[in-house]
Amino acid sequence: MSAPVLLLSDVTREHMQGGTTVRALRGVDLAVHAGELVAVMGPSGSGKSTLLHAAGGLDTPTSGQVLVEGVDLAGLSPAATAAVRRRSIGYVFQDLNLLPALSAVENVALPRELDGVRRRQVRQEAVAALAEVGVADLADRFPDEMSGGQQQRVAIARALVGPRRLLLADEPTGALDSTTGEEVLQVLRARCEAGAAGVLVTHEPRHAAWADRVVFLRDGVVVDQSGPVAGAESLLAAGGSA
Amino acid sequence: MDGSHTRYAYSVPMSIRHGLLALLERGPSHGYQLRAEFDAATGATWPLNVGQVYSTLDRLERDGLVAAEGEPDAEGRIAYRLTEDGRRELHTWFASPVSSRSGRDELSIKLALAVTTPGVDVTAVVQTQRSATMTSLQEYTRLKTRADGDAGELAWSLVLDALVFRAEAEIRWLDHCEARVARAAARRRQAGTPSSAPAADTPSATGGRR
Ligand SMILES: Nc1ncnc2c1ncn2[C@@H]1O[C@H](COP(=O)(O)OP(=O)(O)OP(=O)(O)O)[C@@H](O)[C@H]1O
Ligand SMILES: [Mg+2]
Repeated sequence: MSAPVLLLSDVTREHMQGGTTVRALRGVDLAVHAGELVAVMGPSGSGKSTLLHAAGGLDTPTSGQVLVEGVDLAGLSPAATAAVRRRSIGYVFQDLNLLPALSAVENVALPRELDGVRRRQVRQEAVAALAEVGVADLADRFPDEMSGGQQQRVAIARALVGPRRLLLADEPTGALDSTTGEEVLQVLRARCEAGAAGVLVTHEPRHAAWADRVVFLRDGVVVDQSGPVAGAESLLAAGGSA
Repeated sequence: MDGSHTRYAYSVPMSIRHGLLALLERGPSHGYQLRAEFDAATGATWPLNVGQVYSTLDRLERDGLVAAEGEPDAEGRIAYRLTEDGRRELHTWFASPVSSRSGRDELSIKLALAVTTPGVDVTAVVQTQRSATMTSLQEYTRLKTRADGDAGELAWSLVLDALVFRAEAEIRWLDHCEARVARAAARRRQAGTPSSAPAADTPSATGGRR
């Protein structure tokens, strides 16, 4: 098997909080390969966002290693980390983080523009990404002129734009209705099948089920994983007779 | 009717058998008392008659999972106790997920008994089930993706949807159970009664599972 796109080894993240130490992650190991979508589930406060921040180079673990495409993020300068984030990593934030002064298409185009890609090409890519999540017609609207679910889809388009190898999504379906949420999951799934590696944080079991693997976090520890079993037919026989 | 029920004379579900073992883990007991305790533990959602209890006890005794304890009392009732084999069988049951084949009642009864049986790690029981149900849910989702590509497969896809929503509801319920168990444990800790609480209520009494 080829090297994973994302590798977390023994990652621990502690926060000092008024004299006591909050251990948001404790010795987490996680490898995500190209073509693979991994879902992370766990109660509120179990460390899901902390894990995703570490994976995306937005936060540095207290101990342990984070490798993205074999590169140790801790060894990079802030500028180099920012470049890896823009080029390799697509990130959907739990709180969306759209810039209010930019239109939908400008928000989506921003990371590519910062990377110096040609303007015409950037615009085409951005419109294509918006179309992928079904909001191409909203390209010139500003965030405050869109519904929560529409803004969410723009934030997802921003994470998908360009040749991203690692997709990190924190509750990307939170503001979406059931069918729209499912469509977004299909887009994410398709990107992973086309060769990206994806990590999806979600509270929705039905959405987590799109993943190849589901990782369960409790108090900063991976307590369990579920994956495909051999013999879909046996499962169906079981379900069908219930 | 499915296979797990046919072993029993009057179609006694598996969980009655294990339910009685769980109740006997608290100490020896006789049939009438077991029936009352089973009703209390499961909120009487699945009332048993005494005949079912005694026939199940007979089978458990024949299989070596329970044994008669002492002499019959004044009313001629025999108390039973758990054997070592019975205890092993009980812990295997708590450690294995319920399959969708056995019907949903078994799961709710299993959890009701898990929170009242000494030495059971309820969180581990919940997680084992959650992981198994999530694996099924992933499989249904994969099959649905395949079915959705084909216009003639709408009916099949809707059947899969039913399985998907049922599995999802079960996982949500498990999340809810886990949160409630955790909250109850925290409240007990706050009240400062961990040592006087029965063993079943302390999460540390896990019987070695983690
Ligand atoms: N900057 C910080 N300072 C102190 N504690 C923090 C900080 N950031 C996170 N934490 C703590 O770390 C733990 C994990 O937080 P995290 O945001 O990763 O949870 P989560 O699983 O994403 O929860 P949710 O489902 O609510 O989004 C929590 O106990 C949280 O209070
Ligand atoms: Mg979070």
